[in-house]
Amino acid sequence: MATFKDFRNNIKPNWCPGCGDFSVQAAIQKACAANGLEPDELAVITGIGCSGRLSGYIKSYGFHATHGRSLPVAQGVKMANDDLTVIASGGDGDGFAIGMGHTVHALKRNIDITYIVMDNQVYGLTKGQTSPSSDKGFVTKTSPDGSKETPIQPIKTAMASGATFVAQSVSSDIKQLTAIIQQAMDHKGFSFINVFSPCVTYNKVNTYDWFKENLIPVEDIEDYDHTDAQSAMQNIMAHEGMLKGIIYHDEEAKSYQEHIDGYLDQPLVKKEMTIENDTFNELMAEFR
Amino acid sequence: MNEQLSWKVGGQQGEGIESTGEIFSTTLNRMGYHLYSYRHFSSRIKGGHTNNNVRISTKEVRAVSDNTNILVAFDQQTIDVNSHELVAGGIILADSKFKPEKDEDLDVQLISIPFTATAKELGSQLMKNMVAIGASARLMNLELQPFKDMIYTMFIKKGQEIVDSNHEALLQGYQLMDDEMDTITGDFEMLPSDSDPRLFLIGNDAISFGALNAGVRFMAAYPITPASEIMEYMINHLPKVGGTVIQTEDEIAAVTMAIGSNYAGARSFTSSAGPGLSLMMESIGLSGMTETPLVIVDTMRGGPSTGLPTKQEQSDLMQMIYGTHGDIPKIVLAPSDVEDAFYTTIEAFNLAEYYQVPVIMLSDLQMSLGKQSSAPFDMSRVEINRGKTITEDIEGQDDEYFERYSDEEDGISPRPIPGIKGGIHHVTGVEHSPAGTPNEGPENRQIQMDKRMRKLKDFTMEEPFKARGGVESELLILSFLSVNGVANEAAERIDADITTINLKQIHPFPIDALRPYLDGAKEILVIEQNYSAQLQSVLKMNYHGHDRIRSHVKYDGTPFKPNEIEAHINSILKIKEVM
Ligand SMILES: Cc1ncc(C[n+]2csc(CCOP(=O)(O)OP(=O)(O)O)c2C)c(N)n1
Ligand code: SF4
Ligand SMILES: [Mg+2]
Repeated sequence: MATFKDFRNNIKPNWCPGCGDFSVQAAIQKACAANGLEPDELAVITGIGCSGRLSGYIKSYGFHATHGRSLPVAQGVKMANDDLTVIASGGDGDGFAIGMGHTVHALKRNIDITYIVMDNQVYGLTKGQTSPSSDKGFVTKTSPDGSKETPIQPIKTAMASGATFVAQSVSSDIKQLTAIIQQAMDHKGFSFINVFSPCVTYNKVNTYDWFKENLIPVEDIEDYDHTDAQSAMQNIMAHEGMLKGIIYHDEEAKSYQEHIDGYLDQPLVKKEMTIENDTFNELMAEFR
Repeated sequence: MNEQLSWKVGGQQGEGIESTGEIFSTTLNRMGYHLYSYRHFSSRIKGGHTNNNVRISTKEVRAVSDNTNILVAFDQQTIDVNSHELVAGGIILADSKFKPEKDEDLDVQLISIPFTATAKELGSQLMKNMVAIGASARLMNLELQPFKDMIYTMFIKKGQEIVDSNHEALLQGYQLMDDEMDTITGDFEMLPSDSDPRLFLIGNDAISFGALNAGVRFMAAYPITPASEIMEYMINHLPKVGGTVIQTEDEIAAVTMAIGSNYAGARSFTSSAGPGLSLMMESIGLSGMTETPLVIVDTMRGGPSTGLPTKQEQSDLMQMIYGTHGDIPKIVLAPSDVEDAFYTTIEAFNLAEYYQVPVIMLSDLQMSLGKQSSAPFDMSRVEINRGKTITEDIEGQDDEYFERYSDEEDGISPRPIPGIKGGIHHVTGVEHSPAGTPNEGPENRQIQMDKRMRKLKDFTMEEPFKARGGVESELLILSFLSVNGVANEAAERIDADITTINLKQIHPFPIDALRPYLDGAKEILVIEQNYSAQLQSVLKMNYHGHDRIRSHVKYDGTPFKPNEIEAHINSILKIKEVM
């Protein structure tokens, strides 16, 4: 059986020392090993950003796509080969700006993949611009007077989009993050995990310490029930999205694939590519 | 008796005009006639004038007709808009309900028949189209039995009563026309057909059926005219072979999802029209850079922007050839006609996977939506070639990463699909090393760029074009897609050494295969449906004889008619005589 080391390759990440993304990578590798996966059963699909480089740092099949498009590529991969475990990943700009349309639709479509956003509330790769999750007043090169827009609260958007699995954590808590990713991969349907992953270079406000102070573990909220969508939403609103843990999990939900007759019998990649003679003639007769 | 006739039915959109044309033409196809139909419709669903034109022939037809012989009118507007197209002595069969009138100056006959009243008497005015079909059948002296059979297959699900009343409507229409036969002049009778079995389908059906046979098991698409029928066909038919379709949130999702599933080893595609293709441009580059097979069908319509969304045009050509930033190897194909669309679609998927490149399959609105006769498709010609795709575990491959982008002589590297043992590799749109990891070094860049571009350096498909006529010609005509049929017909009408080239391989431009024809032509004419003569420009970029290259374009949204091209050819030949 593979250990987390088997999910490592010998490529040195080009992330800045101290970047939150290192721990997200480690948590994914640990979760995959803990779930009994082999590297060749995993496909990691990423977008563009510092975070998007992740697919190159995990030993598995990997596809580093274009900015904002990790989700449609990942859904395509999963639809083609349901035997694969598919993780999509990218930054907050990738998922909540240019790729937001895909995020909302992936949430409502509910294809069985795991989406991990490394949310540093800033654009890292392009050297420090405002992101959709930047706090109001956050000063960057493109918001010298402070951001004027209301930040996206990712878990709130996820809930509003019909999510069946929503979690949020911070990269410094590798243990919790690993456990969440394991559950997300086990979930039959689309799992959304927002991970606050501090950018030590361009975000001096939302730091590791800041998250320690500001995130509220759901375990600390009395009677928090992560199977209850309404209470999850109420708590998200009451705490302005600053929750940590499994926010919502609909264990009964059916994945998109389960709704397609006969789809799960055999992955598409293994299906016969040629058509039977009788079927050919029958279908051609429709054109007469 | 006539070798060919053109019949047109018109009325308000949503009134059953389409089904009238459909029933009439499908029956004629089953009788063994060759048909070519053209639908005029607006973006509105209800209301607005619509008409369906069917050209009926005892020989192959691939073009709309110059004019109309028989016009069936369900409203006055149909007469006002279309009667000028009638041949001298042509006939209008009009519903007496609206007290039809015609322009007194026109040399046409107007016969008023109670289509609606007769149908109402039989129980439902919906059957007015059957009355009109019966009348048309009598006028053309066609056998009634095939129409009755057609009615039976169409309506038996609704019960024998419905079948009977429709039969009755057909008969009464026939009879009403019979009573008028003494009053009309001229010959509207069709010669008998050869009775050979043929298909009657739109280009989009041929493309879809081709995709199904090419082994496609997944499609992702977003609806748009005139591409939606492809997606709808796949939604209805892919499940029969175990496949499925996702209607995505937009075309960017559609194309990237298709890239994802192609990467994962299932043949997949998307289809759209100009506006959707514009959105896909970045992703076409992703396919080219990552060497992921991808097939996109672009059914062209009038541009730019929303342009003429329901009208004929061929103006996406330049974008399809050059679109996406940076240099990628790409193939652009254009089936020569609806029959060829089936085989070319299969070839498109084979080429995409063999060369690991994006392939754009062009169509245009008239080819995509114009229903026409075609020889049955030959299953023995269906072949699937997956090139260097590896779908089985690779034994003894223990390196950390498989060299997915190894530098091969033909430029094509082996492509293991995810999930197999020994095939782990990385794929990225960033310039990359042979193992697929980002590598922006100048030396690696050059090797990888050369490798990718080498794949199509000498590419020529088996049949890059269909030529009619010899290498030496007085006039060489180049066209593509639905213009081919019109150009071929126009050329046939003229007694001169004219060779027509129906171009199938648009990019890379098959200049070597074309050169003998180009060199052997006194004059070269490129006929196409866009403002800026895009195909002509492509030819000029590839061939030096600019002083002999002429252009004939049309961009009013309607298909070319053979006589328009005929006149243009004659004017060129005449100028040459004078000179
Ligand atoms: C279509 C397109 N637009 C813009 C860019 C430039 N770009 C690359 S990454 C990025 C934003 C990165 O921010 P985020 O997604 O939050 O990732 P991070 O670097 O913070 O991990 C931008 C704007 C691009 N690559 N492609
Ligand atoms: S710029 Fe920020 S996000 Fe990018 S690697 Fe450095 S710390 Fe990480
Ligand atoms: Mg970011």
